[in-house]
Amino acid sequence: MIPGSFDYHRPDSIEAAIGLLASLGDEARVVAGGHSLIPMMKLRMATPEHLVDLQDITSLRGITINGAEISIGAMTTQAELIASDQLAAVCPILGLAAAQIADPQVRNMGTIGGNIANGDPGNDMPALMQALDAVYILQGPEGRRDVAARDFYEAAYFTALEEGEILTAARFSAPPSGHGHAYEKQKRKIGDYATAAAAVVLTVENNSCQTAAIALTNVGDTPLYAEEASQILRGSNLDKKTITAAANAAKAITDPAEDGRGPANFRTHIAGIMVMRAIEKAIERAK
Amino acid sequence: MSKIKVEMTINGDKIEGSVEPRTLLIHFLREDLNLTGPHIGCDTSHCGACTIDLNGKSIKSCTVFAVQANGAEITTIESIAGADGTLHALQESFREHHGLQCGFCTPGMITRAHRLLQDNPNPTDSEIRYGISGNLCRCTGYQNIVKAIRVAAEQLNPAQEAAE
Ligand SMILES: Cc1cc2nc3c(=O)[nH]c(=O)nc-3n(C[C@H](O)[C@H](O)[C@H](O)COP(=O)(O)OP(=O)(O)OC[C@H]3O[C@@H](n4cnc5c(N)ncnc54)[C@H](O)[C@@H]3O)c2cc1C
Ligand code: FES
Ligand code: FES
Repeated sequence: MIPGSFDYHRPDSIEAAIGLLASLGDEARVVAGGHSLIPMMKLRMATPEHLVDLQDITSLRGITINGAEISIGAMTTQAELIASDQLAAVCPILGLAAAQIADPQVRNMGTIGGNIANGDPGNDMPALMQALDAVYILQGPEGRRDVAARDFYEAAYFTALEEGEILTAARFSAPPSGHGHAYEKQKRKIGDYATAAAAVVLTVENNSCQTAAIALTNVGDTPLYAEEASQILRGSNLDKKTITAAANAAKAITDPAEDGRGPANFRTHIAGIMVMRAIEKAIERAK
Repeated sequence: MSKIKVEMTINGDKIEGSVEPRTLLIHFLREDLNLTGPHIGCDTSHCGACTIDLNGKSIKSCTVFAVQANGAEITTIESIAGADGTLHALQESFREHHGLQCGFCTPGMITRAHRLLQDNPNPTDSEIRYGISGNLCRCTGYQNIVKAIRVAAEQLNPAQEAAE
């Protein structure tokens, strides 16, 4: 499969990239790891006339941890998220979830920026970003603006990213030390997108849940932050009844597509199971 | 859509070429450079038959444009055996332990295993399976591939073995 023709650009700064996007107009796309975009181009479902490759922009790479504040550059690869001991020490869910994406070769190319900017409901990082209440830093010809991950996704492949803007980083506060977390993903095989998946981050003190956030992958046309389900956990003693109630509240907001992964009601059912398992695992991990 | 000049170091040799931006790296390797070791299995980023090393990391060359690899260092299956044709321990081990049947997946499988053993010289069986999870084999059922990689790792780590 041969993609359509395009012109290739490799700027070495964010400013140069934004300038290129502004002058090339709507036929230009940025390419990060290329592992969502290139398969689409090979199928001719995407036919950009210009590709602006971000690989030489070093300021888009790397993980910065400043106290509890974490900033992850858009061009940081999934393999780098897994390999970072620093990140694992303060927010292990990211590396553990990245390890459930695709396979080693894909994770060496695929970036966090591409994963969260893509807008495919099958991508795993967006729900995680919503559970962590991350903010995306967007840079464009008009300057910088910050958009919360919970407000970023509008529909499948439609996001708050405006034409000509680049997502430069995702920022969030590390959950308090001793927090519990889990990303539970049901997939048919390695390299498959989720049938359903759930991210849970919570804190527990004296058997009472202090904070909780739940978000879902691939059971709607966007990632879904499950506020009501999260609310059910907060202040509870996290007993079996509460966990089931939270899972039911999460299931209620799903609207999955029917595809090779199963009928819609099956995928909603799996979403409930993933939420329960993720809550139970997060409780186990909480100290 | 003019052609772009590219330079890469492939298997230790500096090469230059001129490619259309849409040329995939696997096509550049196979068709322009006659490096037909890396195969095209699925052409959809799943099977890993096209696996090569790009700057010391395993990647699927059917999902990278040659222009993205401009300036990169690349290793393909062609350079894994010695210059005199002596097989690498992994290649010997695949032969000895029936790590292949039709052989179509083998170049990608060995190139991936070669990188895996550099990153993790003493993998457990489950680390081997996770490490090659981006490489599909339709013949062997994987059992003998895992065994071949394990035995090669042992041979490549004599010091480790002696210590046990
Ligand atoms: C076999 C296979 C299995 C996979 N399985 C999974 C899986 O289970 N879960 C999962 O989440 N993903 C999966 N993926 C997708 C993979 O994780 C992609 O790498 C990821 O979705 C996109 O990241 P990228 O860096 O490759 O982005 P690209 O493909 O380069 O870009 C994707 C889109 O985002 C835009 N974009 C990229 N970076 C930016 C930026 N900084 N600013 C603005 N726009 C940007 C591009 O223009 C493009 O529209 C799989 C891919 C393959 C090939
Ligand atoms: S041909 Fe590249 S992954 Fe199958
Ligand atoms: S030996 Fe035939 S595909 Fe692996």
